[in-house]
Amino acid sequence: MARNERDAATAAPDAFSGGNKRDTPPFEVTAKVALADNQLRRNLGKATQAIRDKREAAAGEMPDWEELREAGSAIKTRVMRHLDEYLVQLEDSVRRAGGTVHWARDAEEANGIVAGIARENIGEEGTREVVKVKSIATDEIKLNEHLEKEGIHAAETDLAELIIQLAGEGSSHILVPAIHKNRAEIRELFMRELGLGDLSDEPEVLAEAARIYLRRKFLSAKVGVSGANFAVAETGTVCVVESEGNGRMCTTLPDTLVTVMGIEKIIPEWRDFEVFMQTLPRSSTAERMNPYTSFWTGVSEDDGPREFHLVLLDNGRTEVLADEIGRQSLNCIRCSACLNSCPVYDRVGGHAYNSVYPGPIGAILTPQLAGIGSSPGADSLPYASSLCGACYEVCPVKINIPEVLIHLRGKVVRNKQDNGGAKAKLDPENVAMQTLAKTFSDPRLYEASQRAALVGQWPLARSGAIHSLPGRLAGWTSARDLAPVPEQSFRRWWREERGGAER
Amino acid sequence: MRVGLFITCFNDTLFPGTGRATVEVLERLGVEVDFPFEQTCCGQMHFNTGYQREAIPLVKRFVDVFSGYEAVVAPSGSCVGMVRELYGRAAELAGDRGLALRVAELQPKVYELSEFLVDRLGVTDVGAYYPHRVTYHPTCHSLRMLGVGGKPKRLLDNVRGIELVDLPQAEECCGFGGTFAVKNADTSTAMLSDKMQHIKSTKAEVVTAGDNSCLMHIGGGLARGRSGVEAVHLAEILAAGSGERGSS
Repeated sequence: MARNERDAATAAPDAFSGGNKRDTPPFEVTAKVALADNQLRRNLGKATQAIRDKREAAAGEMPDWEELREAGSAIKTRVMRHLDEYLVQLEDSVRRAGGTVHWARDAEEANGIVAGIARENIGEEGTREVVKVKSIATDEIKLNEHLEKEGIHAAETDLAELIIQLAGEGSSHILVPAIHKNRAEIRELFMRELGLGDLSDEPEVLAEAARIYLRRKFLSAKVGVSGANFAVAETGTVCVVESEGNGRMCTTLPDTLVTVMGIEKIIPEWRDFEVFMQTLPRSSTAERMNPYTSFWTGVSEDDGPREFHLVLLDNGRTEVLADEIGRQSLNCIRCSACLNSCPVYDRVGGHAYNSVYPGPIGAILTPQLAGIGSSPGADSLPYASSLCGACYEVCPVKINIPEVLIHLRGKVVRNKQDNGGAKAKLDPENVAMQTLAKTFSDPRLYEASQRAALVGQWPLARSGAIHSLPGRLAGWTSARDLAPVPEQSFRRWWREERGGAER
Repeated sequence: MRVGLFITCFNDTLFPGTGRATVEVLERLGVEVDFPFEQTCCGQMHFNTGYQREAIPLVKRFVDVFSGYEAVVAPSGSCVGMVRELYGRAAELAGDRGLALRVAELQPKVYELSEFLVDRLGVTDVGAYYPHRVTYHPTCHSLRMLGVGGKPKRLLDNVRGIELVDLPQAEECCGFGGTFAVKNADTSTAMLSDKMQHIKSTKAEVVTAGDNSCLMHIGGGLARGRSGVEAVHLAEILAAGSGERGSS
């Protein structure tokens, strides 16, 4: 693949906020670029297959797995129904524990708040730098780029995030952002960017190189920035679930800690952890328990940061909440099981989705956060699925992704029909669907069209098969033959054999 | 028992042989079959592509045509999935409470063929004879929407002369997905190519499934690649042969 094409496919996605335009290309275009990359397909297929099998085993160990999914779904559904109350409760709890709560309507407000806190606490001398825990919410608002403009470097400390940050790329997987990179590429990147001399491509060597590089950052940073997996309304406790321990370094060593979380990340009570701590690790890394789970509640006198700020991010979420069917998308706990089980993601990888949320969850979350009709990319995502349902089957909080996909397709079409003017009405798909709907609503017309198809196909059918179709249907015959319409439809056979209504 | 035969527009027009086979199997088992001529299409293509307003009259028509039957049987997991799983949503969208009630009453009476044979008739041996090496692909809607589980395989297991071989990665989507196959033709084809690899690896002569839409996609790919493997609907295998049922 040409280098510039590859760059276009792996560039960091644009930030979005409710209703704002994101001019992204449609999925079928970006997918085509990814599909041409055979190495990517092989790497991805291997990685997702391994994690799929492991996840199934880890979930299969639990005799009450289905009940746990049900419980997780019930807790999250309740949260969404009473989100206003839980948010106020969370705010009170955090304040009581000595933290400060900020409300951010969109990316711009959230970035401004974090930059303000960073400026105030970094001081003028030394490196103008904050250390970061892997966080998708901050990717969503493009916090790093914003801070960079303010002269503050946001150092990613999660190994995979560090890799893609050094490479100047966007994430391609919720859990494994650098899933598309191999060892040799990482070795070359580290040697070029970290200035550590010659390295081998052994995983231990590469991990040690990152450790040496990151330790200096942890020990010197005055401000840490994190996201949150959960926040408990009852106690004001914030939680990050991770594998490497870098998150714990970021949340304990700096004097000031800022957490940016989407408003949907609330759980009502401490005991709700019981459910999610069983389902999240098994669904994401296929582990019984993840290596590090950090909890922090406000500030305490002689341990951890002296200042704690919680930024509650809306950025389109209340719009999603207002949609009764789409709302379940907010139940997501970002485990990424749906990505690993999705045959579409498996073939095209994360960059094709042009969003920090790739895969099936991205296909429903991104267009909702960006707004239906906001860009060709957003409107194409609900169609980036064969509706096979594998995502729904594995989701630990039972988000019915196929149901939401179909619902959003309805919204995309309705929006085009109602607001697209004459052009949308003349769109070939719209015309075909309207015509077919009319045909199907009248059995006589339907049967007449069966006969017309029989006559109409003769220029296409050669030696018993159709090898090429015209217009929009050409995609079908790019790789598949089509059997011609047979002489006798079923209803004709029935009438001739069994008698029945005359036409 | 008298059942309403729901042949689906797709089978009616493109795969009438599957419809005839369905009639053959049901009648062999003593079921009285009625084909209401007023049926056309369940509306799945419209509904799933986002043309939901357009699907509502088709939903109403389906309910009108089939409500009177004790049971409705179709040789398509996908279209039965539409009726059982999405008709409620369609009625809700139409804002029609009367329709919603009629839908709820009809839904449990609508069966995919293998479900009807195994669950309703309690039959796993339909007396078929099919001396070929066959592999079975569980289509996504049969598998996940309807949960037909091992029913088609139990039926195939009792076909005389058949050599049934497991399909690797059987539960992975073949990439058809209705309009997905045209809208995202490249991705669909990439998925198909892996499915074909797995099918070919079994050295089967025939790949079968409970849905002609998926089989048209798989069979179309296999034909283009001159693989020599044929795609045959489950109903046609069950209808084949002598019709003598075993004692098992």
